[in-house]
Amino acid sequence: MAAPTTARGIAAAVKAGTTTAADFAEQHLLRIAERDGEIHAFNHVMADQARAAAAAVDAAVAAGNDPGPLAGVTVALKDNMCTRGIPTTCSSKILEGWRPPYDATIVEKLHAAGAVVIGKTNLDEFAMGSSTENSAFGPTKNPHDTSRVPGGSSGGSAASVAAGFSQMALGSDTGGSIRQPAALCGVVGVKPTYGYVSRFGLVAFASSLDQIGPFTTSVEDAALMLDVIGGHDPLDSTSIPKEHPSLVGCLDQGVEGLRVGRITDLPEGADPDVLERLEVAFEALVAAGATVVDVQVPAFTFGLTAYYLIAPAEASSNLARYDGVRYGLRVDAPDTNGMYAATREAGFGDEVKRRIMLGTYALSAGYYDAYYGKALKVRRLIHDDFERAYQQADVLLTPASPSVAFPFGAKGDNPLAMYLCDTYTIPTNLAGHPGMSVPFGTGAHGLPVGVQVLAGTLQEPTMFRVAAELERAMA
Amino acid sequence: MSDRLTAADVTKVARLARLDVTAEEVERMTAQLAGMLEHFADVDALDLADVEPMTQPYPLVNVFREDVVRPGLDREEVLAEAPLAEDGRFRVPPVIGLEG
Repeated sequence: MAAPTTARGIAAAVKAGTTTAADFAEQHLLRIAERDGEIHAFNHVMADQARAAAAAVDAAVAAGNDPGPLAGVTVALKDNMCTRGIPTTCSSKILEGWRPPYDATIVEKLHAAGAVVIGKTNLDEFAMGSSTENSAFGPTKNPHDTSRVPGGSSGGSAASVAAGFSQMALGSDTGGSIRQPAALCGVVGVKPTYGYVSRFGLVAFASSLDQIGPFTTSVEDAALMLDVIGGHDPLDSTSIPKEHPSLVGCLDQGVEGLRVGRITDLPEGADPDVLERLEVAFEALVAAGATVVDVQVPAFTFGLTAYYLIAPAEASSNLARYDGVRYGLRVDAPDTNGMYAATREAGFGDEVKRRIMLGTYALSAGYYDAYYGKALKVRRLIHDDFERAYQQADVLLTPASPSVAFPFGAKGDNPLAMYLCDTYTIPTNLAGHPGMSVPFGTGAHGLPVGVQVLAGTLQEPTMFRVAAELERAMA
Repeated sequence: MSDRLTAADVTKVARLARLDVTAEEVERMTAQLAGMLEHFADVDALDLADVEPMTQPYPLVNVFREDVVRPGLDREEVLAEAPLAEDGRFRVPPVIGLEG
């Protein structure tokens, strides 16, 4: 019998006793030992904890108990998710060595589902970036071509799944930080509806935009992971107080009769190879019984502008907590104000400082209405334009990233060039809608291309039906 | 929309943000932040007069949960991660500033 290659297959094999969680954990730890020196997907490998968790799963099976839907499945966590007693750095010097005194809700849910958490993955510092080059601990490399970036900010999580270091991974997506690296690394990546997954224990970047989601090698595994980690959490007051339908249960429904929207006024900037794959995706869905409809989302093009005021404004407030008092780095000074400023200057990297400065400026007296207030109005327009589009189409299809993985240093020292990587992902975060990147063949240099499927609030079931169809078309 | 950002503005914002920036950083950030703010002039083309600002993507109001006693964080575990702690508390330098 061939070894299972999906999380669902692994969990079934572990539960049936045809293999053990310990074996799977060792295989992944071995791969990490062999190749992560080159890739640098991980900030911290949790070898001891993974072995202990795997042993507990095997013991449960031996005792005749069900360890849960992710029995023995290895999962890597972006290093901005709190793990009790395990370093959680956000790839920042300001949190280097910090060990949280509690677990994020998603960590508790993973343990309860029998998953084996295998390590903490690298990211752009505080999730601010699109290439993982902004990590204080050095960049992650793309497993498909190590001279290129894996995307970001969840580059370590995407690379971990692409390199076979873990069966699945979790990332966070504030403006595209799951979908863009998923596209560049050739894996599935999902940003659910805002409030679908608890943010309790996710280190806050921009609280009205942040959302946790999975990286997987299949659409079914992504559905399985969301079925495990989704749901209301009383510890996150923005979590949606509703039961979510099982996503695994809707994958076989096909796309017959669905309306797939083409955004005719989509901002330009995508490379021809990426657009070519997008066309093939439309054709595949039509062949499977869907209809393509033209829609307009005029405010889409203002997404980047609104985002780069709203996200930094929220970040400047959220990151005020790193003051050298309660955790992390402290640089001594004669008084507290001096200590705060010296600590923050030494602990934050350039991009984080830039965004704190931009956000502080946008919120400061005399500028609030002109910048932040206006950006919130633009956000409303984007949301409303999407809502109108979803009256005509069940899902929208766009590129996930304007290009395939780019070489290190390609965006130079120009922050705006890097921000353009998220042109097609950012508007979804502003609207609060779900979106996912599905690997859909290759483009320039034989590198992976991702097609992005977008849907309205809590329309994950429809989004997953379309994603599953795209996956079938590639099989 | 406003006058171009100056080095003096950047110095003031850095002080508000509690960042002890260097002169070189002020120079670099002034150029970069001015560039980003200019980009924002894009939205001047939009009529935003009657648009309601959007602060939350999924509107929920008055979110309460049952007032149930649950374990808090372990004090020793928390203080063990502090840069400096003493007698069960965080220790900091004098709060009454030298700079007034």
